[in-house]
This record gives sequence, structure tokens and C-alpha cells, in this order.
Amino acid sequence: MVPMLATTSEFFAMFKVPFQYGSAWTAADGSSRARVAVISSDLNDKLFGGANSVGKTLRLKDSDVRIVGVMKRWRPSPLFYDVRGGRFAEGQTSSFYVKPEGVFMPFFSGLEVNEGNFWQFTCWGKVATPGHLQDAPCVWVGLWVQLDSATKVADYRTFIANYAQQQKLLGRFANTDTRMPSLMQWLVFNHVVPSDVKLQTWLAFAFLAICLFNMIGLLLAKFLRRSSEIGVRRALGASRGAIFAQCLVEAGMVGVVGGIGGWLLTLLGLWLVRRQPVEYADLAHLDIGMFGLTLALAVAASLAAGLLPALRASRVAPALQLKTL
Amino acid sequence: MTMHPIFRTWKRHMAGIVLIVVQIALTLAIVCNALFIVGQRIERMRRPSGVQEQGLIRISQTWLDAPDAGTPAGVDKLDAMQRADLEALRRLPGVIDVAASDSMPLQGAIWSGDLRRDANQKRAMGQAALYYGDDHMLPTLGLRLVAGRNFNPEEIDHHMLRSVQTPAVCIVSRAVADQLFPAGGALGKTIYVNRHPITIIGIVALLQTPTLAEWGRDWAYDSILMPVRLDGASASYALRVRPGREQAVMRAARDALFAIDPLRDMPDTWGLQTMREIRFKAYRGDRGTVIVLGIVCLILLMVTAAGIVGLTSFWVGQRRRQIGIRRALGARRLDILRHFQTENLFIAGIGAVLGVLLAVALNLWLMAHYEMPRIPPPYVFAGVLVMLAIGQASVFVPARRASKVPPVVATRAV
Repeated sequence: MVPMLATTSEFFAMFKVPFQYGSAWTAADGSSRARVAVISSDLNDKLFGGANSVGKTLRLKDSDVRIVGVMKRWRPSPLFYDVRGGRFAEGQTSSFYVKPEGVFMPFFSGLEVNEGNFWQFTCWGKVATPGHLQDAPCVWVGLWVQLDSATKVADYRTFIANYAQQQKLLGRFANTDTRMPSLMQWLVFNHVVPSDVKLQTWLAFAFLAICLFNMIGLLLAKFLRRSSEIGVRRALGASRGAIFAQCLVEAGMVGVVGGIGGWLLTLLGLWLVRRQPVEYADLAHLDIGMFGLTLALAVAASLAAGLLPALRASRVAPALQLKTL
Repeated sequence: MTMHPIFRTWKRHMAGIVLIVVQIALTLAIVCNALFIVGQRIERMRRPSGVQEQGLIRISQTWLDAPDAGTPAGVDKLDAMQRADLEALRRLPGVIDVAASDSMPLQGAIWSGDLRRDANQKRAMGQAALYYGDDHMLPTLGLRLVAGRNFNPEEIDHHMLRSVQTPAVCIVSRAVADQLFPAGGALGKTIYVNRHPITIIGIVALLQTPTLAEWGRDWAYDSILMPVRLDGASASYALRVRPGREQAVMRAARDALFAIDPLRDMPDTWGLQTMREIRFKAYRGDRGTVIVLGIVCLILLMVTAAGIVGLTSFWVGQRRRQIGIRRALGARRLDILRHFQTENLFIAGIGAVLGVLLAVALNLWLMAHYEMPRIPPPYVFAGVLVMLAIGQASVFVPARRASKVPPVVATRAV
């Protein structure tokens, strides 16, 4: 079974969906309930070996549908337009990170093709014909609106509130509560980032802090252990700045080596994640930006940890150390 | 033994001591709270579901050629398809019992209803998960009946989930019985589920709801069995099989069902699974958190121990001459060993005191942001003991090296 999305032709422009072959259907196709579809690159690879399949026919349940467009690889993460019910998911929100649907059809064409097989969930009355959405007393459609200014947003809110009032007067709606969250508000409302993940992020930084204190201590011991060596360098004319710089270079090198070790461990960890049967497995890879950030963080943290020990080492008095040689 | 030689040296090592103290305090705070979270998650994962999990299999599938459920004839056809499946499954070797059962504990998908003791109560007294199935459901799931009886075959109805028909009888979990009738005597009473009157004919000891989600947390064991085979394009079955035969039965069940009707969607991921798998999946997040936090705690303790070993080794190296002098003046090796052990006990003690304060502060912060209960004192005490023990253990190697410094060092290299 391939998941299908019934939507309007504006979907592709609004969410900037890239096309490999063909294009979205037209508004006229939408209103004439044409049997046309846009398919994902994954489905195109599977059914047509990646070739241009525009114009080919797809059998969906009992209907023949003509392919008008094939998407390029498109992987929004999370799959924002399908996010819902996150408050009931108990932090198990990995399903928000699935790949997009395989088949996209004009809204009413999709309803007709899949007639009788829709699964009503949030309803406030008995469904007369199960699997039939149009006149069901259920929540069954999500609307996305693009509004370019604050005034338009406010106007649209008023419009929705008025519509709800009007429908209540007509006896269709029981209450007139309306809400219109922005995309980000909607994602937050649905706990797209589970609280366990936030907790683990905090934990990671606490972990880093403890490692930093540890490193300060170890570097302090490491540098001061070589006090006599530093004393000799100082006696031979090295300035405090030179000693300080030497120590910092050492600390920085520790950071670079540690960063590379950490990078290898990260690759191992991501490889393990990719082997898990989770929806976001294909997203678990390290990009250049993240790699650079990690390495920079490792070096910066090591340099910060090296500051105090380097300062102490540069204050070693030359004479005192020479005496104890 | 005298303490002042310990404190006299502290002035020279202030930076190192402060570092160890801070590190111990931070480690203690994080390890205490992390272990507390781990403990809570383990407790959660250990909760019983109420069903006999060993030898229990769930099959869930969707007919691709399902007849139109909009007509009475269609509904009857769907029920006939379901009964044919149940019959075929019942004949498989290794199967003890088979039931129509739309849901299972921990499995996720849930139908629920609100509960009232009389129809006119304005506010519902609570909610319960509704388990739809036939008269085989109770024995197949392995539920323990504590009062009343199981459904009779003639009490089993069949209809669509959203049908207007409602059953006349039900079996409730003890949690539901106790909630609606705190004084007892729930058996035989009529309750209102979604405002429909239903008579309680049996009470089972324990039955967890199918959801672990937050909104169902307050009624995690409030469940009701409904004598209805649900008709629809999808149908689910529960199988009780002989222990150890799960995999063989699942293979045979797949073949048997596809032989009846090959046009069905029944993938490995959710179509055929043992209760063991269902439990494993349900607690995947909790288990992940337990593993991550456990490993992090372990590494943190190791890092802190390594830090203590490093700095103490350094101090021992720095104080070789002083140690030699003390030895020459008559201190025994044991005195030197004790010196370092005691020194570490003081440092770790200060760190632990700070750590307890930090741990409580961290717990308060977590309580404010992440729905965490107050950390029980035993966790904090255990954390303090662990930190002191780790301090003593990690200081032992350098301290023993210090105690082996010969007195003759005092006479060299002045």
C-alpha cells in the first residue's frame, strides 16, 4: 500500500516542491476532478526505474490515474503538513519524520478514488456512511493558508471567527472556538521535538561541562609537572607569552585529536541509528556544517580549558625551578 | 592522626582542589538525577499489562477487497470474512485459543468511552479503554476473572464501531469497578458508557489500556471488555499458543490467512506480532532513555575518577620530598596512605555537600520543566556514597605509590 495525499494544486507551489519530470496538475484539473496524479521520486524509482513516467497510467484501487508529474527527492523533516495528534503520542513522535506520501492527487479526485476507505477519527456524531468523509460529522481536512502580512493574518482570523459564528447560527457547529496557529506554533503544540530529546541535549552540555573541568585539572597537572622544563625555557629567554602560547597550542592539539576521535564515534553512532527500523533512519547522517561545528566546539572547549593551566604554567619562575634540578 | 598537614598543603593546590570539588559536585548532581529518571522509567516498563504475555500473538490486517460497509449485507459479509479467518486460525497446530480482539495492552490504538453511574450525571466519572472482542477474548488474553463470568457466545454481537447498536453487558477491570463503586458491589450494576446503559457481568483483576500516552496516564488500568466483533475493512485477532511455538504459528497463520484471501495488507511490522514484540516497541523510547542515561552516568563516573587519579598523581609527584621527610621523621607507610585517603575524603566530602545542593536544585528545575516528581532522599544518599567511594578508590593507586616513597628521598637533591 502506498500512502496518498489528496490536496489542491497550490500545494506544490506553496511548499516549493521540486519536480523531476512534468509539473503539478492545473486548477482546472482540480475542479474537473480529473484522474491525474503526481508521484514521489521513490515511487517512480520503484515502478518505472526512475524513467520519465509522465503520461503513464497508474492503477489506484479501482481507478486508472494519469501521471502528470514526478517529484525530485523531497524530504521535509518533520513532514510538517502531516503533523497532528502529537499530544497523544507520548513522546513517540518519530512518525512525524516519515517520507512524504507516494501519490498526490487533486483533492476531490482523491476522495473519489479512495471512497469508502477513509478512517474517521475525531468525530462528534454518528457517521452515516463509514469511510465517506464529505458530510461526516468529523474533523477531516487540514487547511494551509499563506498570509504575507500581519494585517492579513488578523483579517483571516476574523474571517474564520465569523464563519464559525455563521455556522453556529445555521446549526452546524456546536461551539465557535477557532484557532489558527502558525506553522511553528503548530509544531510546538504537537511536541514535534519530544521532551526526552530536550533533556538529552541538556545532559550533553552538562556532560561537556564536567569533561571541561576534568580537562582543566589534567592539563594543570600536565603542565606543572613540567615546571622544571618550563623553567629552563624561561631561563634561556622564552617570554611568558611564548610559554602561554606553547601550552595553548598543546591544549588545542588535544582538542583536534579529541574532535577527530569524537567524529569517528559519531559516525559509528549514526551508522547504528541508520540500522534501526525508525522513520528517520535515512536522515541520520553528518553534514559538513555539523562536522565543522563539532570540531570547532571541541577545539574551542579545549582552548578554554587550557587557559587557566597555561596561565599558571607561564608564571613559573625560572630561578626557583633551575635550583631544584 | 593529625589533620593539619593536610590543610597546610591546600593553600598551594587551591586550583586543583577547587576543580575536583566542582567536578564531584556536578557529577553527583547529574548522576543522582539521571539515575532517578532511570529508576522511574524501569518502574514504568515493569508495570504488568494484566494479560499473560507469553504465548500471546496479535494479528491485525486490512482487506483490500472489503465489501462496502454501508449496507447491512456488507456488514454481514465483513463478519463472515472475519469468522472464516478465526476458524482457520483455530485449526492451526500449536494454537490453544483464538479471539476476535480489536486491541491489546501497550499496542497503541485505543477506543475509549466516558463512564457514568447514571445517565443524567452531567460530568463523566472517568474514562476507560474499550476492548471489543468475542467470548474467547478473556481466556485468550489470559485475564484473571475475580468476580462474575465471561461472555456467553449468544451475547456476542457484531457491528461497525460507529454503529448505533450497543451491547447490553460488559466485563470491567477492577480499577473501573472500584472507581465507580468504591463501596463494592459493582457486579450486576448498570453503568453508562458514552451514556449507553451496560450491565457489568464480570470483573477482571487487571487490564492495562492500550495507550501509554500522557492523556491516558490517569486511567492506565481502566478497561472494559465489550462483547462485540467489530466489523470493518480491518480486523484484528488474538491467538493463545503453546509457549515456544509463537514463530511457527505466526508463519502458519500468515499462510492460512493468505490462502483464504490473498488481497489483504498484513505487513511484518504490525500485521503479525507477539505480545513480546508489542511490549518491546511500546517501551522503545523509555528503554532508549534508560540506556543513554545509564551509559552517560557510567562514563561521567569514569571521567571523574580519572580526573581524581590524574591530579592526585601529580600532587604525589610534587610532594615526593615532603613525603620522604615525613617518612624519615618516623611516619609509617600507612600514615602516608591515610594522609592521601583522608585528604580525598575531605575534598570529596565538600564536593558531595555542594553536589547534594546542586542535585536538589537540578531536580527542582526538572520538576518545573519536565513533569518530574521530587527526588527521593535515598537516591541522593546513594549518590553521595558512590561519589565518596569513587574518590577513595581512585585515590588509592597514587596514594599507595606515595606510601612507597623511601625515607632516603629526604636526603637527596636539596
